[in-house]
Amino acid sequence: MKLTLKIWRQGGKYKGEFVTYKLDDVNEHMSFLEMLDVLNEKLVREREEPVAFEHDCREGICGTCSLVIDGRPHGPMKGTTTCQVHMRHYKDGETIVIEPFRAKAFPVIRDLVVDRSSFDRIIQSGGYVSVNTGQAQDANAIPIEKDLAGRAFDAAACIGCGACVAACPNASAMLFTSAKVSHLALLPQGEVERKRRVLKMVAQMDKEGFGQCSNVTACEAECPKEISVSNIARLNREYLAASLAGEATV
Amino acid sequence: MAATDFTLKSNIPDGHVSEKWESYKGHVPLVSPNNKRRIDVIIVGSGLAGASAAASLGELGYNVKVFTFHDSPRRAHSIAAQGGINAAKNYQNDGDSVYRLFYDTIKGGDYRAREANVHRLAEVSTSIIDQCVAQGVPFAREYGGLLDNRSFGGTQVSRTFYARGQTGQQLLIGAYQALSRQVELGNVKLYNRHEMLDAVVVDGKCRGIIARNLLTGELERHGAHAVVLCTGGYGNVFYLSTNAMMCNTTAAWRAHRRGAFFANPCYTQIHPTCIPVSGDYQSKLTLMSESLRNDGRCWVPKSPADTKKHPNQIPEADRDYYLERRYPAFGNLVPRDIASRAAKAECDAGKGVGATGLAVYLDFADAIKRLGKDTVAARYGNLFEMYEKITGDNPYEVPMRIYPAVHYTMGGLWVDYELMTTIPGLYAAGEANFSDHGANRLGASALMQGLADGYFVLPYTIGSYLSNEIRTGAVPTNTPEFEQAEKEVSDRIHTLLGVQGSQTVESFHRRLGKIMWDKCGMGRTAEGLQQAIGEIRELRQEFWRDVLVPGRRDEFNPELEKAWRVADFLELGQLMCEDALHRNESCGGHFREEYQTPDGEALRDDENYMYVGAWKWTGEDAKPELHQEPLVYEEIKVSQRSYK
Repeated sequence: MKLTLKIWRQGGKYKGEFVTYKLDDVNEHMSFLEMLDVLNEKLVREREEPVAFEHDCREGICGTCSLVIDGRPHGPMKGTTTCQVHMRHYKDGETIVIEPFRAKAFPVIRDLVVDRSSFDRIIQSGGYVSVNTGQAQDANAIPIEKDLAGRAFDAAACIGCGACVAACPNASAMLFTSAKVSHLALLPQGEVERKRRVLKMVAQMDKEGFGQCSNVTACEAECPKEISVSNIARLNREYLAASLAGEATV
Repeated sequence: MAATDFTLKSNIPDGHVSEKWESYKGHVPLVSPNNKRRIDVIIVGSGLAGASAAASLGELGYNVKVFTFHDSPRRAHSIAAQGGINAAKNYQNDGDSVYRLFYDTIKGGDYRAREANVHRLAEVSTSIIDQCVAQGVPFAREYGGLLDNRSFGGTQVSRTFYARGQTGQQLLIGAYQALSRQVELGNVKLYNRHEMLDAVVVDGKCRGIIARNLLTGELERHGAHAVVLCTGGYGNVFYLSTNAMMCNTTAAWRAHRRGAFFANPCYTQIHPTCIPVSGDYQSKLTLMSESLRNDGRCWVPKSPADTKKHPNQIPEADRDYYLERRYPAFGNLVPRDIASRAAKAECDAGKGVGATGLAVYLDFADAIKRLGKDTVAARYGNLFEMYEKITGDNPYEVPMRIYPAVHYTMGGLWVDYELMTTIPGLYAAGEANFSDHGANRLGASALMQGLADGYFVLPYTIGSYLSNEIRTGAVPTNTPEFEQAEKEVSDRIHTLLGVQGSQTVESFHRRLGKIMWDKCGMGRTAEGLQQAIGEIRELRQEFWRDVLVPGRRDEFNPELEKAWRVADFLELGQLMCEDALHRNESCGGHFREEYQTPDGEALRDDENYMYVGAWKWTGEDAKPELHQEPLVYEEIKVSQRSYK
C-alpha cells in the first residue's frame, strides 16, 4: 500500500516542523516501526537525516517506544504499544501524522525522542520497599490472598512509557505514579513505608513539572497496559491518609 | 581428556561440590565498611544482573557507577522474559532439591558447564525468590496465598515461579527499584544514555572504561577499581533474533580485544517457539513462552501433501505429534535445543506449514477441551493476545504456527569461579559470561542466573579482589592508558563516519545475519563454517570500504551507534564460526551435522572436547588462539543425554 507520513522533525537541520514523506511499498504484515525502518533506510540511502525514534524490545513490554500517531499515544488500538501496531490496520492512500509525546516534563531530544528520566526520579523518591539483599525471610512466610496479589500485579504491569502523560491535557503523571503507589500499598511488604512513600512520590512528581489530575481519564483510555484510573483514586486516599497522619515529606 | 591449560585458572575452591560455596564464603577476604567508601566500582548494563549487582554493591557501601545506553535502567532486555524463574524451593513437595536443580542444569547443558558454578547457582536460587518477594514482586499465588509453580522443559518437577507471562518484567522492576533506592541514597550514580566503547587496562588490571554520551557524542573517561560487565548476550549477530533491537556485543567484544578471553562463542540457543518470519522487512522475531509447551501440543501433518490444508481440516489420524512420538518421557517438554532441531527436521522433510513452509503447529485444542477456555486464558491469555496482534490469527480457534529462532547465547566472556575474566579487575555477570549453562540453557534459568550473579555471588566474590585495592586510592584518568584508549575510540568513530560509502548499516547487518543463520545456526557443517569464515571476512572488508553512516559525531546519532555495534558483530561472527568449526562434536545448541547418532541426536565427543574453549584475541587478521579449561565432573556421572 501507499502511505503519506507527516512526521515531526526537530534537531539537526530542522527547527521543529512537520515534514511529509511518501512510502510506496508498505506491506500489511509490517509492524508500524518496521514501516519507519523502511523509511529510515530510504532516507539514509538518499543522504537525508533519518527520523530519530525510540524502540527496543518490539514486544510491547520494555516501554521504550512512544509516538503520538494521529493524535493518539501508541496509535489507534486499545491496550497496544506502538511496536505492536501492524500496518494491516491502515488503508492504502492514508495519511498518518506522527508526533512525539508532548509534555513539559518530557523535553524533546530529537524528532520523536523525548527525555522521560523524570519517571526514574519519581521512582527514586520512594517507589520501592527498603530491603537490602539478604535480609529477606522465606518467600512463603507471608501468605498473600490470590486476588490481592493479582490486583497488585495489575498495577505493577505499568511499563513506564509515558503515554498517560502524553494523553493528559494537563500532562499529569498521576496514572504512572499511582500505579507504583498502588502496587506497593496493596502488598504487606509495602506497608511499613506506605505513608512516607506516597508523600515523597507526589512531591517529586510535582517538582518535575507534571500537571495536576482533573479526572479526564484519557490516561486510562490510552494506556497500552490498561492500567486503571482506580489507582489514582487509591493514590488520593493514600495521600490524604498520610497527610492527615502528619507524616513528614522528607 | 584435554591437556591442562595453565593460562586459565578457574579458582574453584577445594572440597565436595556441595560444600565449596559455604567454605568459600567463610574464607573470602572482606573489605571493611570504611574502606568500601574509598572503592569505586563500575557496572555496565542495568538488566537483572547489572541492576541487582549495582543495588547490592551500593547497599554494601561501595561507590557504584551504573552505565546504560537506554533512557532508563528499566528498559534492559531482561524485561522481556516471559515464562519464569527456577528455584529449588520444593514448595510442591514433588521431589525437588538443590541437587536435582544442579543435576538438571548440568544435564540440560549437555555436560559442558562447570560443576562448581552450577551447584552454587542451585544453592542461591532459593534466596532469590525470598529477596524478590520481599521487594514486592507479585508472583503468581494459589488460593491459600502461597506461591504457585509451573514446570518447564528439561525437568520433571514444578520449580518455576512466575508472574503471569511477565516474570522478567516484574523481576527487573524489583531490581530497578532496589537500584533506584541506592541512587536516592547516593550510593549509586546513574549514567543513562551512555555506551561503553572500551575497557581501559593499566598495568594488567582493568581500571575503567571509555563511554560515549549518546546525547552529546562526548567521550568520557571513568576510572574504577573494578569493572563489571552485565551487558547481556550477542544473539543479534544473527540480525533476526528474539533479542531487543539494541542488544549488542560491543562492551564484551571491546573487553575481549583488550585481553578478556571469549568462551564457547558457538553455543547459541535457538528457541523452539517463536512466531515465524513473514517478510524481508522483518526487524526482529517474537518469542512465545516455553510455558506454552505445558499445555500446547506440537504437530505437523503426516503427509507433506496436507501442509497447505487448513489445520482444523486435518483429522487426528493424519497428524504427527512428533515430540510425543520421539520423546515419550518428556513429550512436549523436552529441552529447547531438542525441540528446535525436531521442528527443523520436520520442516526439512517437507512437512512444515504456513506460507513459507518453515513452521509447525502448537495446538491448544486439547487443553481447551480438558481445562476450559477460561483456565487456558488465565495461564496464557496475554501470549495469545500478542500472537493475534502480530499474526492476525486467533489461537483459541486455530493452532499457533511457530518456528525456532535465536534467543540466548550460552557462550560469553570466560570467567573464573569469582566471575572475574582473564583481565584482573574485570568481571562479567549474567548472560555476558559463559559459566552456568554449558551448551544449552534450560528454560527459566536465565533469570535465575542473572539475579544469582548480581544479588548473591558477585557481592561476595568481588571483595576477594577489592580487599587488595584498599591502598590504591582514586584511579586517575589522565594517564597515557586512558588517553590512548580514548584516542582509539575517537579514531574509530572518525573512520566510521568518514567512509561515506553507498550501503546502509542495516543492510550489512542483514547480510551478516543470513550467513550466520544459514551456516552457524541450527545445523552446522565443517564445509559451511569454512565458507562462512571467508564470507564474513569479505563482508567486513566491504563494510569498512562502503558503509554509509549519516550525521555527525557530536550529536544524538542512532545510526552511528548501530554502525559501531555492527562492526563489532562482524568480528564476533567470525570467531563464532571458528569455534563451531574447531568443535568436532555436537553438544546442546551446537549441532554439527557430521556428528549425530543414528536417530538424529547430538553426538558428543567427551574424550576430545570435554573442555571450555576460550579464545584469545590476537589481532584483526590473525587467527585467534584457543585455550582449554578441562571440565572435570566429580559429582555427576556423565552420560548420553536422554529424554526418551
